[in-house]
Amino acid sequence: MHRIAQRGLALAVCVSLFAATVACSSDDQGGGGKAAVPGVTDTEIVVGTHMPLTGPASAGYSKIAPASKAYFDFVNANGGVNGRKITYKVMDDGYNPANTQQVVRQLVLQDKVFAILNGLGTPTHSGVLDFLKTNRVPDLFVASGSRSWDQPDKYPGTFGFNPDYTVEGKILANYVKSNFAGQKTCFLGQSDDFGTDSLAGVEKVLGKDGVTAKETYVVTNTNVAPQIGAFKTAGCQVVILATVPGFTALALGTAARLSYKPQFVVSNVGGDLPTLAKLLGEAKGLTEGLLGANYLPLMFDANDPWIQLFQKVNKDFGGGAEFDGNVIYGMSVAYLFVQVLQAAGKDLSRESLLAAVEKGGYQGPGLAPLRYAKGDHSGYGGERMVKVSGGVQQFFGPTYETDEADAPVKEYAGTPATPPANGVPTA
Amino acid sequence: MTTLVRHLMWTAIAAAALLAVTYALPPFRNYQLATAAAYLCATAGLTVLVGLSGQLSLGHGAVMAVGAYAVALSQNRLADAGLTGNGVLVLSLALGVLAALVGGLIVGLAAARLRGPYLAGVTLAVAVALPAVTTVWAGVFHSDQGLSVYLDPPPAGLGYDFPLERWQSWLALAGALLVMLLLANLLRSRFGRSLRAVRDDEAAARLAGIDVARTQVLAFVVSAGCAGLGGGLLAVLTQSVSPGAYSLTLSLFLLMAVVVGGLGRLAGAVWGALLLVVLPDLTHTIVASLTLSPAAAQRLEGNLPLAVFGLTLIVVMIAAPGGVQGVVRRLLP
Repeated sequence: MHRIAQRGLALAVCVSLFAATVACSSDDQGGGGKAAVPGVTDTEIVVGTHMPLTGPASAGYSKIAPASKAYFDFVNANGGVNGRKITYKVMDDGYNPANTQQVVRQLVLQDKVFAILNGLGTPTHSGVLDFLKTNRVPDLFVASGSRSWDQPDKYPGTFGFNPDYTVEGKILANYVKSNFAGQKTCFLGQSDDFGTDSLAGVEKVLGKDGVTAKETYVVTNTNVAPQIGAFKTAGCQVVILATVPGFTALALGTAARLSYKPQFVVSNVGGDLPTLAKLLGEAKGLTEGLLGANYLPLMFDANDPWIQLFQKVNKDFGGGAEFDGNVIYGMSVAYLFVQVLQAAGKDLSRESLLAAVEKGGYQGPGLAPLRYAKGDHSGYGGERMVKVSGGVQQFFGPTYETDEADAPVKEYAGTPATPPANGVPTA
Repeated sequence: MTTLVRHLMWTAIAAAALLAVTYALPPFRNYQLATAAAYLCATAGLTVLVGLSGQLSLGHGAVMAVGAYAVALSQNRLADAGLTGNGVLVLSLALGVLAALVGGLIVGLAAARLRGPYLAGVTLAVAVALPAVTTVWAGVFHSDQGLSVYLDPPPAGLGYDFPLERWQSWLALAGALLVMLLLANLLRSRFGRSLRAVRDDEAAARLAGIDVARTQVLAFVVSAGCAGLGGGLLAVLTQSVSPGAYSLTLSLFLLMAVVVGGLGRLAGAVWGALLLVVLPDLTHTIVASLTLSPAAAQRLEGNLPLAVFGLTLIVVMIAAPGGVQGVVRRLLP
């Protein structure tokens, strides 16, 4: 008995001594000087993100973070922001909410990032909202159009980027209503807030009875034959898709296999033509006639000054990655982040960063206005319709804007800004 | 000195040591320690099932999910009803264990009638069917997106600045110590001897007057209860539950962990739980330190932990069939 007690006592003493030493040494670091801002030094700003680099949603999306990184490298090569270089830490979460929990904790607690930028996915990012809030980490420009990001009272540090899915649903349904009047319209959505928010928008315009059949899919099950079959049986002539790229391709392919040819109308997050063409391979012809909407310039507009800038950055700093909508998206996010950092000024802190976003008034590549304000944390407020014809995806018609509530869908007259001469925004 | 007193003393010593460790570790390491403790509940239960009763389960991740979803639903319902506080959390965790016990009983009843590959098949089906359950009743379980779990801040008595991760670490470690204490006692009891007897020779056990089926079902229930607590704790740690967190991969990882740790000994479950947390972290650090093309890094990042775990399993089985704990035993006199 006393031998065990002796051993236990010795162990306890050792551990307490160890604990005491570590505790003392960490006290020393904390003392003196003004409070340090996590992730910010005189020469560096460390930001982090979570992205599906692998898994069911990685098709296309895995190119976003490297594109943002390429733009930051371009800015760094031009002297950085207020003398600070941006370091972008990208963590793979495989589009699995459980992994997101893990990697975001690592970024915030271990790597001590200044902010989380453009974390991707509705199901994944919803899971870390509370964690980021308790740790007061700015959570900027989430890569998803869920309305969850726009809750300034509940999540004061979280801001969206994409037009929210309800706004998009209204704009898509508005087009369907005026151009396919009297045709049976159906809806396929992801089985989470992405699908739900989008359907809410569609039903606001078409009415509850305006949608003949509603189906959902889960990303872990790559078979959508039952859903597409149900649409065929119901005689749907127009199918609105709230799908990620992999499932847009699956829906198009499955419909073709069932010799079923409705008019597909797809959300901007799953409608990038180069991404779909790559996924469909030989069958890329199925994208012909595909309708959708977007709010960032398209790669097919070679004369657009933004496209020219991004292509140059991609060539010089992105290792010449295949240029598509994901690259444009990643660079647009990075451009906005640099704008916000400039506006936050030399004395950078988490408070000054959030104040800078809420001040609003940012203009970049987007066609629609960015809405950031004190009580509004949603991103872009509208979209313009796109169509694939002859293997080219192009804008047509006016840009529309609306809100997530009952406001009508109306035309937006503003014109997009042009990029600064050297490609780096100033305050 | 009775076995119970000895186990209680070891538990107290371990608790004191771990308490000191939680003060020494930075928040993220505390979070990892808490995760390992939550896994330990499950691996310890699985050790009893596989190592001592000789029944194989490929579905323990799903049992963890049962506990986790029960905790999530109960925490959120109670919070909606205005009931919060850390006493409520204990209630929720108890409900989680209860739900897992019921689940374990159902699977266990089937298991007692099945042998070897057929039992593995049934438990495998449980693990595979789980995501479908959350999809079909999406109104309750919210499909792939899962549920968020309401969690109170650490008790006010600990101070305003008390790190959440240390508090979570305390919760998980308390659960793990409780499980280890109970299982250690159980294995030294008459039931433990019956288990080993059933594993070694069913006919002999039956001749000795042991009710084989009842012993096997009980082993399943005990092991499910432990896994349920582990799942519930994991839900509390991540403040979310989703089918992705309790996939078939997790079930297989748990099994690999107890085998690599050392089958049949509770200490082996500790090694297994630690490996589950350390190996992915290690592979991430290795990938991050290599200078690879972005495409190659992407591929590696997602798949390397799986490969490393598989390799570790093969190496350990060849070099040390007794697992990590077997090696430790040989090295220490």
